[in-house]
Amino acid sequence: MKRLINKRPSKPLAVFLGIFPFLILLFLYQVGSDARKAENERDKLLPSFSEIHHAIDRLAFTPSKRTGEYVFWQDTKSSLKRMLMGLAIAALIGLTIGLLTGAIPMLGANLTPLVTAISLIPPMAILPILFIVFGLGELSKVVLIVIGIAPFMTRDIYQRTKELPREQLVKAQTLGAHSGQIIVRVLLPQILPRLIDAVRLSLGSAWLFLIAAEAIASTDGLGYRIFLVRRYMSMDVILPYVIWITFLAFLLDWMLVRTSKTFFPWYHVQK
Amino acid sequence: MKHPFVRLFFASSVIVSLLFSSQAALAKDNFKICWSIYVGWMPWEYGDTSGIVDKWADKYGIEIDVVQINDYIESINQYTAGSFDACTMTNMDALTIPAAGGVDSTALIVGDFSNGNDAVILKDKKSLKEIKGQQVNLVELSVSHYLLARGLESVGLAEKDVKVVNTSDADMVAAYTTKDVTSVVTWNPLVSEILTTPGANKVYDSSNIPGEIIDTLVVNTETLKANPKLGKALVGAWYEIMAKMEADKAVREHMGKASGTDLAGYEMQLASTKMFYSAADAVAFVKSEQLVKTMQYVAEFSFDHGLLGEGAPDAGFIGIETPAGVFGDKANIKLRFDETYMLMAAEGKL
Repeated sequence: MKRLINKRPSKPLAVFLGIFPFLILLFLYQVGSDARKAENERDKLLPSFSEIHHAIDRLAFTPSKRTGEYVFWQDTKSSLKRMLMGLAIAALIGLTIGLLTGAIPMLGANLTPLVTAISLIPPMAILPILFIVFGLGELSKVVLIVIGIAPFMTRDIYQRTKELPREQLVKAQTLGAHSGQIIVRVLLPQILPRLIDAVRLSLGSAWLFLIAAEAIASTDGLGYRIFLVRRYMSMDVILPYVIWITFLAFLLDWMLVRTSKTFFPWYHVQK
Repeated sequence: MKHPFVRLFFASSVIVSLLFSSQAALAKDNFKICWSIYVGWMPWEYGDTSGIVDKWADKYGIEIDVVQINDYIESINQYTAGSFDACTMTNMDALTIPAAGGVDSTALIVGDFSNGNDAVILKDKKSLKEIKGQQVNLVELSVSHYLLARGLESVGLAEKDVKVVNTSDADMVAAYTTKDVTSVVTWNPLVSEILTTPGANKVYDSSNIPGEIIDTLVVNTETLKANPKLGKALVGAWYEIMAKMEADKAVREHMGKASGTDLAGYEMQLASTKMFYSAADAVAFVKSEQLVKTMQYVAEFSFDHGLLGEGAPDAGFIGIETPAGVFGDKANIKLRFDETYMLMAAEGKL
């Protein structure tokens, strides 16, 4: 049927259609930048591509005059460290509490309302308290990420555990398994890929909390740099950093998917 | 419109087309100025609510919109990007943000200078020398950072003797109460708040470098040239407010309340601010040789910290014009201190 809704793009066309909007975006940026530059050659709002290139070169490939470090890589390292620690701790908390409360009704009955209540507290609102309790150092930045995403993960894992078919538990019991064995052998393996899903879903908020934490008190990190140069409207630094953060977020997500597919292929067959 | 990229594309094209629209500096009769909360800028709030600004705008047949912006840096960025015709800022920020961004700016009104409002505070230590080796929490690359650099210089230390930690001003007070924070540099009202905690000692403040941290109203030079009426109206309104502020306690109380404190709190901040209530004083300050020297310090500090932009080969890259002379490149003047309008006010010609 030769109707528009039935036409499908061929593979190369599909790739092109995917890239095309990006090209348009770049083109529009270039035009906008030129227009502002024509009026004021030192305009900082829309830096030219060569200025952005210079900024990247200065930050990523030239040692800093003040510390001798490669600022960009140092920022990336610090931020990734905080991010991965935060994610790991939050995932561990989410898995442990979520699984146990989901599996053992006696625990679930008491804990879930508390977890729900905690998950509803906006972490940014209690920031001053977090500072006083955890200090201003690395710990508070990781804690902010954990407080931001662990309750969500806990609730998610709790739900996913509850969702597993009751028949499996009955079957394991008829085979003589005790509660511990059921949790470790039946529930845990099925929950792990779901935990990866939960981590993927919370990546966005985790980045948000990381950058917020670095904006408040820091000596390095991707968020720190953005908030530092924001003072001078250095969009030539901010734009590459934002693109880099987006790329890192994409990469983390992609690696989680790969991990899930490698270790839990059965989970992806079901879907 | 289903595909996410398509939607992204449309959304972005709208944003980009917005970015195109920059302010044309032609003759017009509608102006916007922005200000943020600070002891020396509260008069703009009073001028707006009391109708004094409108009165002066009417006198010159123009319209002036006074907008309060909660985030100080955001207000300067907005001005630099062209959304406002004038904005309140310090001399250092005027040099490093709009001027370094190529926006030719004129300090139309020099309202006051910080005379103790910015301070270095140490926990349980009594002299500035003891700051050596400590971690110092401050808003990096701000006037606080400048004050610290000047303070360290005065006791023979350098910035490498301390470790600077960038800390948001909004969180400074909470940060000070934590264990690992031992020294901070910040400004009022945060300074007076922190000094109420036991063991907090003010070891150095802006009264040690009087007249170096200057609070001004900065106007886009081209706009001002094309519209002298704007300059006249703003300066006229300002000195009418100043006269009321100096004479009338109720006016100061109003300003105090608007900045989130009370009369006593506001007068305490005023005590560490040198207000130029009379236009003649401000003119004398702007015309002095000392201002050139001050701006040289500020330019050197800014250059050392990479704040004058990528292409800047030395501290004099951006020319700064004052009535007493020019510091830096005469062919690239982007920041001007202009006493013309304040002089008109002093002579009662507005």
